[in-house]
Amino acid sequence: MGLLLKPHFSIKIMFKKFNLTPWLFLAPAFVYFFIMVVYPIGGSFWISFHHWDGTKFQCSDGRSLKSLDDNEICRRVPKMEFAGLENYKRFFKKSPRDIDKILDYWGKVFDPRNKGIGVPIIDQAIGLTITMSDGETIKWPRLSVETKVMLNTLKWLIFFPLAIPIGLALAVFLNQIGWFVKLSKSLLFFPFVISSAVIGFVFQFFYDPNGGLLSPLYELLGWKDGIIGDKDKATYGIILAAWYRQIGYCLIIYLAGLTSVNSEQIEAARMDGAFGWKLFRYIVLPQLWPATFIAVVVTIIGALRTDSFDMTQIMTEGGPGRGASDVMSRYMYQKTLFDQDYGYGSTISVLLFMFMLIFIITFIIRMYYQDENLR
Amino acid sequence: MKFFKIIALSGAIACLMAQSAFSAGKLVISANTSDAAPRAAFEAIVDKFRAANPSIDVEFNVTEHEAYKTAIRTFLSADKGPDVGYWFAGNRMAGFVADGLFEDVSDVWSSNGLDKSMASTMPSITFEGKQYGLPYSYYQWGVYYRKDIYDSNGISVPKTYDELLANCKKFRANGITPVTIGTKYLWTAAGWFDYLNMRTNGLDYHINLMLGKTSYTDEGVVNTFKNWKKAIDAGCFLDGHQNYSWQEGQAPLIKGEAASYLMGNFLVGNLPEETQNQLDFHQFPPIDPSLELGEDAPTDLIFIPSNAQNKENAKLFLAFVSSAENLTALNKALGQLSPHSGSAAPSDRFQKAGAEMLSRSKTAQFYDRDTSPEMASVGMQLMIDFMLEPDSMMDILEEMEEERKRILAN
Repeated sequence: MGLLLKPHFSIKIMFKKFNLTPWLFLAPAFVYFFIMVVYPIGGSFWISFHHWDGTKFQCSDGRSLKSLDDNEICRRVPKMEFAGLENYKRFFKKSPRDIDKILDYWGKVFDPRNKGIGVPIIDQAIGLTITMSDGETIKWPRLSVETKVMLNTLKWLIFFPLAIPIGLALAVFLNQIGWFVKLSKSLLFFPFVISSAVIGFVFQFFYDPNGGLLSPLYELLGWKDGIIGDKDKATYGIILAAWYRQIGYCLIIYLAGLTSVNSEQIEAARMDGAFGWKLFRYIVLPQLWPATFIAVVVTIIGALRTDSFDMTQIMTEGGPGRGASDVMSRYMYQKTLFDQDYGYGSTISVLLFMFMLIFIITFIIRMYYQDENLR
Repeated sequence: MKFFKIIALSGAIACLMAQSAFSAGKLVISANTSDAAPRAAFEAIVDKFRAANPSIDVEFNVTEHEAYKTAIRTFLSADKGPDVGYWFAGNRMAGFVADGLFEDVSDVWSSNGLDKSMASTMPSITFEGKQYGLPYSYYQWGVYYRKDIYDSNGISVPKTYDELLANCKKFRANGITPVTIGTKYLWTAAGWFDYLNMRTNGLDYHINLMLGKTSYTDEGVVNTFKNWKKAIDAGCFLDGHQNYSWQEGQAPLIKGEAASYLMGNFLVGNLPEETQNQLDFHQFPPIDPSLELGEDAPTDLIFIPSNAQNKENAKLFLAFVSSAENLTALNKALGQLSPHSGSAAPSDRFQKAGAEMLSRSKTAQFYDRDTSPEMASVGMQLMIDFMLEPDSMMDILEEMEEERKRILAN
């Protein structure tokens, strides 16, 4: 018996020394994280340096699948062709030319020899076709699909997060008591429970230029292609539809945040003579910081990945035409699964990952310092 | 006691073995026939197969047809696939066959005498002398028009492309959309490209272009696009067509706001009966009168994936479908043409017209089936760009050519 107890005892000491217990509890999560997250990311990196059509396989020992006997089995691995940085070069190949084109466009618009920036029609301001006061029109240049995709992703990053201040404003406005306010709250939150596919379809009907809800407006403005049918406006139309859902989400987060605002502080601030904007900016807003943090993280991820993908895929499939409203997340899907170019698709996903990494790192650092401050 | 146990045990084993001998296993069919009419047609034939082979447990799964195009790549490269899949003949299946993802079904062809009875579609599924699928139907493309609207506007069926353009102008003047089209999912525009290119340059030129042997900036293709531009300038196409799927593009035709639709014969079955009665069909008119009229006649097929689990049952199913009787019934329900020479002649007037037209023409499959999938998706996106911005024609063709060089150069 003594022999049996001895190792048991020493293991117990080891547990105490290295504190193994928490690691054992974490192990399932770690294993899951490595298999489901880290390994696929590594896989994407690896495939992005290759050409692969997603259907060619071979045995892990290099034999072809056809050479196997009928009942012989082997571990199948993708049969890829090493390409080095070729896929990355392909993605950025036309960037210099497109930058030149864009600079040329803005150079013409702000050319001092022109008689001022022309007619400020909303359509043309958004559509980036500008009519100068002397009647000359300057058209937005034809860019490569890669540049379009990057610019559209940028548009999402800039305009989609505007849902946060709108949600905040509505939350502050609706943070009152009364049946009408309660009804408005539920109405505004309602979009968040609808799936984005449904929202996409409903907005398609709104935007339909032949008999859609907005068609009288189109007639007034002369937009005969509608919003998502126009290559310059499509991305904005999709972002607007995505707002519908995201504003409801931000609203509910801020409403929850507002309930935890310390009323004593507000009273004290009022006594000190802080009202209106000042009260909001210096007393309420800092207390809403945790809510803002969540809203920003979710919205940025949505702009880069989830919402931009869903809404674009449903509403335009990246069109009209080539990549007019395409975003990186959807273009990656198109290239990988439709065009069977897994190497290039992985390259786009790696680039998107790098792009997101900037935000992820910022958030993590922010979170770290926040925790430090709380200690 | 022990003796009884042994008897009981051997009895149980015998039972199990008998059962496995009786139940001939499963058959998993993965179909893309998600529209109402095709779905019902195949459900009927699967039920018939179930009745004929009660021991086979048949599972019939339907995926939405656009989603199927991605799903197929996943299930073909998985370890275990379904037993029967649906796909398209011609170049669209060539890549899969070359990668060994389709099972050779030559024995089904030879043992059922299909090489004679289905000779017309045999080349579209034959690679290096072996057959890799069973065509179950094909259909014609052409101009479907509202006869009542043509008559009430005093317009006759165009005999030449110039007449078609003149008709467009007349319709526009009367406030009617001459041609409806929904280009959101791109391929409808490729129908126009196919016909314009075949009429401008002929079928052989078109096929060479599809195979990547001709440049997209070649004079012939430029002429095709110039002809296309004429139609855009004449106001032929529905305004805002890029907002609609092909089904949504039907709405103006049904409402009587549009006069015609260049589409495959599956259009007819999708329309309400009233519209069907007002509808008529004509061949796409010639542009260069010296050229033979090539036609698009896409062929649909069922095949056995190489990773299928119940290949014997799958072959049984293919043989079952391949009978003249079953193909006739199937295509009657689909509103398409049976590839079997023993099938009864179609009674429907659209199918009759199609069968008659195709019997005297050489055919292509369709843009997205004739050229490689990647080239097709890029090419069709750029065609929409062209339809929206016809003035950028040369820039667009150069972009197409760049992609062709990358995708089809070898």
